[in-house]
Amino acid sequence: MQDPNNQTNDKKVYNMPDERGHFGQFGGIFVAETLVEALEELRVMYEKYRHDPVFLAEFAYDLKHFVGRPSPIYHAERWSRKVGGAQIYLKREDLNHTGAHKVNNTIGQALLAKRMGKPRVIAETGAGQHGVATATIAARLGLECVVYMGSEDVKRQAPNVFRMKLLGATVVPVESGSKTLKDALNEAMRDWVTNIENTFYIIGTVAGPHPYPMMVRDFQSVIGIEAKVQMVEMVGRQPDAIVACVGGGSNAMGIFYPYIDVPNVRLIGVEAAGHGMETGMHAAPLTANSPIGVLHGNRTYLMQDADGNIIETHSISAGLDYPGVGPEHAWLKDIKRAEYVAITDDEAMTAFHSLCRTEGIIPALESSHALAYAEKMAKTMRNDEIILVNLSGRGDKDINTVAKLANITL
Amino acid sequence: MSRIQTVFSSLKANNRKALIPYITAGDPHPKHTVNLLHTLVASGADIIELGIPFSDPMADGPVIQRASERALKHKVGLSKVLEMVSEFRQKDIKTPIVLMGYANPIEAMGRQKFTQAAKAAGVDGVLTVDYPPEECKDFIADLQANGMDSIFLLSPTSDAARVNLIVNQASGFLYYVSLKGVTGAANMDVQEVKTRVAEIRSKTNLPIGVGFGVKDAATAKKVATFADAVVVGSRMVTTIEESNEDNLIANISALMHELRAAIDGK
Repeated sequence: MQDPNNQTNDKKVYNMPDERGHFGQFGGIFVAETLVEALEELRVMYEKYRHDPVFLAEFAYDLKHFVGRPSPIYHAERWSRKVGGAQIYLKREDLNHTGAHKVNNTIGQALLAKRMGKPRVIAETGAGQHGVATATIAARLGLECVVYMGSEDVKRQAPNVFRMKLLGATVVPVESGSKTLKDALNEAMRDWVTNIENTFYIIGTVAGPHPYPMMVRDFQSVIGIEAKVQMVEMVGRQPDAIVACVGGGSNAMGIFYPYIDVPNVRLIGVEAAGHGMETGMHAAPLTANSPIGVLHGNRTYLMQDADGNIIETHSISAGLDYPGVGPEHAWLKDIKRAEYVAITDDEAMTAFHSLCRTEGIIPALESSHALAYAEKMAKTMRNDEIILVNLSGRGDKDINTVAKLANITL
Repeated sequence: MSRIQTVFSSLKANNRKALIPYITAGDPHPKHTVNLLHTLVASGADIIELGIPFSDPMADGPVIQRASERALKHKVGLSKVLEMVSEFRQKDIKTPIVLMGYANPIEAMGRQKFTQAAKAAGVDGVLTVDYPPEECKDFIADLQANGMDSIFLLSPTSDAARVNLIVNQASGFLYYVSLKGVTGAANMDVQEVKTRVAEIRSKTNLPIGVGFGVKDAATAKKVATFADAVVVGSRMVTTIEESNEDNLIANISALMHELRAAIDGK
């Protein structure tokens, strides 16, 4: 993942994580002994290929010809005028093949799986976007694919379940725990530990044990690398602020990472405030200053009760409905390089409709959280200032949810 | 000498092997746990592994996850588990208790506060499934400074360097995971386990327990021929799950007697 403005990593001031995946006190490798060797094998192989020109060329080829990259940046002029204030630009990850940023990472990991000689890939999914993106690349590369999905999510996201099946994947509904994303992740980990020899686990976000948070960030950083070039081409400078939604945080890390060392660009992650921060029914561990804990292989801010058990999260958007957050976001919050805020279900819905009507773009409910915060911010800024929103996915998958809210039967 | 060391040396002197049953604290209901612990001892347990319920037990199979869910319905958290150990200790000062669980409940309480509270309650060892030695050096030191053992898992995929690292950090005994998978998974290959246990033994004097796949008395019997301890978890929990209030104690007792007899070669 070569950054054209910053040719080598060692020139960078920011150089995280350490060799065991620590971002300060966050991250690390907190797994049962049964997974240690598999992670070590993955770490070694990723180190081998992450700067390998042949591997990177293959990755770049697929991003261009299979995904359709680079994704454009679009100046949402009408919407900016309507909002009043800063100019809002959208990084159009919604235009990627499969409809979201998720595919950038699944291609990277699937190519690595191929190189490691693993004929079977598994994945966890919440909204289904990562599952679809995994099933897609598995079909293209001829890999067996099994996707774990909480049984609640299977019900909520029926079209994506069908898409995965069309692509030849097996979808396994997970009945344990809260029957959502975190439980799907638990179940995928169990599959992996049982089938380590022939299976590659494609994690969809910048969480999990090292090297996943780093590896997923690297594969997703194509978003920010492109944006840096495109903004200069379009307006001759970098934006004043970049806004992205954060569940686990992969689309946000993807666009933030190449900008960490760029001064005067504010990085703002938008979590899901669900029914409202004051209700406790949200999915915003950073905004809520949740305690630090250990889950899914890394140390991070975690929504939990006094006994250290993980509590249920609430968000209208399944993709943000996660009790933890990628460890690098926890670190960026602590070093104050990024800011984290939260947007309620209602605010996200308002922004969703606003973008549909004003720009002819149906955004994903996840991305609508970023849009809603950009709208709030823009109003406080001058009209020659620029906000770049990572429009991480399109909203086709959400039309059932939106229709249901309006009491419409499709 | 710690209670765990005492148990292993006295068994060794008598040429016997340890039986280590596992139950989850608070399963099926917190009111039964202390009684169950005493039952386990009365029916042949040498050491008891007591599970700390956790909402996301990633290394466990469905059986033990359901045990956690049953316990969590009754809000059995780590503090409550330690109270149960204290209560058990009022009548039993001999049988070692090893807490088995995940890092987050311990971190939520605070590592140091936990170590003090565990010591005060009479805990003998701690196995934190998702704390590899590299991530918990201070914690291991703190446990050992307070007279508790740090128990670690070794797996079929642990290579020689890894085994060396772990045997140097571990105390009390080592827990060899007999299969690739989660607790209660498929049947183990006893011959392969035997070979691996012999390899580990060449690197350490610590006693070696084998678990994760001991499903019945016949497997327990075979494992006992080469391991120092046989750990039985999912099978215990399944029996708890299938019992009712009236036959719970009798069923657990019967299972324990069967396992004990098998391990003792009777």
